[in-house]
Amino acid sequence: MDEERATPRLVAVAALGLLLFTPPLLSLFDRDIEVAGIPLLWAYLFLAWALIIGLVAAVVRRSS
Amino acid sequence: MQPWVVVVASAGYLGLLFAVAYYGDRRADTGRSIIDNSTVYALSLAVYATSWTYYGSVGRAATTGVGFLPIYLGPTLMLALGWLVLRKIIRISRRNRITSLADFLSARYGKSTALGGLVTVIAVIGIVPYIALQLKAVSNTFEILVRYPVIVSTTELSQPPLVQDHALYVALLLAAFTIVFGTRHLDATERHEGMVAAIAFESVVKLVAFLMVGLFVTFGLFGGLGDLVTRAAAADLRHLFTLGDDTGGYSSWLWLTVLSMLAILLLPRQWQIGVVENVDERHLTRAMWLFPLYLLAINAFVLPVALGGLIRFGSGPVDADTYVLALPMAEGQRALALLVFIGGLSAATGMIIVETIALSTMVSNSLVLPFLLRRHAVRERDLPRLVLGIRRTTIVVVLLLGYAYFRVAGETSALVSIGLVSFAAVAQFAPALLGGLFWKGGTRDGALVGLAAGFAVWLYTLLLPSFAESGWLPASFLFEGPFGLGFLRPRELFGLTGMDPISHAMFWSMLVNIGGYVGVSLARRPHPAEPGQAALFVDVKTRPTSARLWRGRASMDDLRRLLERFLGPAGAANALDAYASRLGWTQPPVEADPELVDHVETLLAGAVGTASARVLVGSVVTEERPGIDEVMEILDEASQVRAYSRELEAKSRELEAVTADLRAANERLRELDQLKDDFVSTVSHELRTPLTSIRAFSEILLDNPDLSVDDRQQFLRQVVEETERLTPLINQVLDLSKLESGRMEWEIAAVDVGDVVRGSAESARQLFAQRGATLDVHVPHALPPVLADRDRLVQVVLNLLSNAAKFTRTTAAVDVSVHDGQIRVDVRDDGPGINTADQQIIFEKFRQGEDAGGDRPQGTGLGLPISRQIVEHLGGSLWVESDPGRGSTFSFTLPMAKEERS
Repeated sequence: MDEERATPRLVAVAALGLLLFTPPLLSLFDRDIEVAGIPLLWAYLFLAWALIIGLVAAVVRRSS
Repeated sequence: MQPWVVVVASAGYLGLLFAVAYYGDRRADTGRSIIDNSTVYALSLAVYATSWTYYGSVGRAATTGVGFLPIYLGPTLMLALGWLVLRKIIRISRRNRITSLADFLSARYGKSTALGGLVTVIAVIGIVPYIALQLKAVSNTFEILVRYPVIVSTTELSQPPLVQDHALYVALLLAAFTIVFGTRHLDATERHEGMVAAIAFESVVKLVAFLMVGLFVTFGLFGGLGDLVTRAAAADLRHLFTLGDDTGGYSSWLWLTVLSMLAILLLPRQWQIGVVENVDERHLTRAMWLFPLYLLAINAFVLPVALGGLIRFGSGPVDADTYVLALPMAEGQRALALLVFIGGLSAATGMIIVETIALSTMVSNSLVLPFLLRRHAVRERDLPRLVLGIRRTTIVVVLLLGYAYFRVAGETSALVSIGLVSFAAVAQFAPALLGGLFWKGGTRDGALVGLAAGFAVWLYTLLLPSFAESGWLPASFLFEGPFGLGFLRPRELFGLTGMDPISHAMFWSMLVNIGGYVGVSLARRPHPAEPGQAALFVDVKTRPTSARLWRGRASMDDLRRLLERFLGPAGAANALDAYASRLGWTQPPVEADPELVDHVETLLAGAVGTASARVLVGSVVTEERPGIDEVMEILDEASQVRAYSRELEAKSRELEAVTADLRAANERLRELDQLKDDFVSTVSHELRTPLTSIRAFSEILLDNPDLSVDDRQQFLRQVVEETERLTPLINQVLDLSKLESGRMEWEIAAVDVGDVVRGSAESARQLFAQRGATLDVHVPHALPPVLADRDRLVQVVLNLLSNAAKFTRTTAAVDVSVHDGQIRVDVRDDGPGINTADQQIIFEKFRQGEDAGGDRPQGTGLGLPISRQIVEHLGGSLWVESDPGRGSTFSFTLPMAKEERS
């Protein structure tokens, strides 16, 4: 894996993850409403989670 | 459901596990590893998902909604950083053959035995409740399942008598499995391929089982997620849809995220699987996204199952921790219920197996062995058996401790809270570990202080309260504080309220832990052995080999015997052969060099830990008795480092000096270059003046054929005069160039200086007469001869005399004398003299001094430089002494011919 490129990108993804998974961003979605029948917070968390996993996979793939 | 069905199914499943592990070991023995695969690595990391995840997540989701998620988001973040953190740990561990977390920290901080021991103690105390939790899950679900179709709550379950308690048998069976596949033999890498294969297999089983339940509940019992949400909203469960900060939810959320980020690194089982059992660090690249994806998948149906359970059972007697099992049972799905139980069993067993292996390595290598070796309580011959014995005993003891904890205290707390207590315990390792990875300044004392303080706070704020809850301590301890001291209430320390117990404990323990670690590290100097190890860990990428400067020597036989005891004869031979072939030895030396000693120590470290390996190797290293050896080595390392730095300083000073020399030489070259240019231009100038005159007179003669004879005579005379001026100049330039390039031809012979001076004085007398001056000549009789070229010598004397003739007023004199085996000639005039500043200049080419009147004398300015070169070539020297206003004396000496001197 191309370390020079991958390491800072992965750190950035982790930082983005920490930002998305914690307040105050999290509290924006912490509302008692449903989107397409699913509570907003649930949908947000699982989508953000999937996004982070996808980004890690993409970085790993692109730098290898 | 009949108990025997469940027992047979469980036994069958565990048998399958044995088979997988056995197959994995067989494949490893034949060199065709099945775990050398990034997917298997990612799956084995999923040992993170224990029965706590399997049953407990739903339990937590039933009360807090998404509150269970941080436990899985944290690992996602840490794995994203895996390339930075986890890979570094893997590299360091591989290079130093580190096989446990305790060993890692001990090695990082100067191979400290105390630190390794402390880490081990904390790990064991912290993990036992976690193991109890797994046993409790297995036991409870077993008891619930066998009461099918009746569904009971866990609180209704009475503890069965000891001999009928299946959890005890599960514990013993797992101990057997772990001993068989975890401590089969002593190995320098401490890897257990069969065990890892079984863990990966278990990860698949628990995932499939949970997904089946999730699908069944979501789409079998209900009409999909939308239906569940609608009905949950109708059932007054809307509070689960949000998190809400009114009860400190956000602070708890944040702490759980941090806690789980640390746990994925620091839990002994995660360390074992992620670091020790890692076959190739490149496997990490896939695990970095595949393992979080696994966590996402296994958690996808947690919320639906929790909602389904809450809707189905209401606030009835069924414990939310058992919804996963109770829902299929309530719907009459016997097969699914059994599958769920097996899935839970696999989640629990995976955790227990890996955790106990990791703990057994720690206990034997970092706690018991160093202690025994320090006391010299064991003979080396018995060590390998002893190590395996300690590990097997540890496995059994830890499992029984877990079982005892479960029997005594486990009934009171929910699964999740027990697990989090363990998480908080291992999180205490974080400052020392992460600091040790990236900060060279962290010291052993700092790590010890931070760890001990953090652990003490953990004991006080988390473990003791849990004892109080189970009735071991009076409840007043919890609510009124010890001895009624309210500000010491363990869950509201110093009056800090508004935090849940975990956040509260994490805050205080991290405060003292990080504070102690950083503060002591900064305040106190590290021990001498520490900086080397620190550099080895922090700069792992840039330092491929060991930087330790061990100077011990040992006999090859001793080392071989030592290795054989721990690796077996074949293993030892392999290791030494590999080393020999790498260095290209044809025949091994009798005495091992320090590098080999170091290599052997590293190999042994894999089997018995770094601290013990040092003691063992120290025992066979010559002239280094235990106790003294360490001192010697430390001194040696320190003096080596100092010697290196002194050498470096000397080198840099040398470099500076050389640079200065070069600069001077360069300056000199530039000057010479400038001089050459000056020389050439001066010569050209000197030549051009007479040439111009000659050309002018010749042209006049050519253009005016009718010039009178007198004029013609006049012009021709001028031409001849100019030509005469040219000749000596050209001769002198030629002489100088010959002298300087060393191409002058010398006809050396014995010469009488007196003759030369008298002859030259005779020729020059006319010059003095023209100025109305006289020349006195004093030459002693019978002068010894010198070896010289007569013509050149005449040239020198004439040059000095003609110079004197130019400046003298009334009388000049030439004296010849003999001094110390040298002939000396002085030419004295009574002219204006030469300024002190000019006394050197006049010996340079084309440089003429100014006389006292500021006039420049006639001449080429080459005579004196040529004379000096000639005299110096003949072995003498030429100089001037002058008293401005009263005349100058030019003197030269020549050595007498040798045979005459004696």
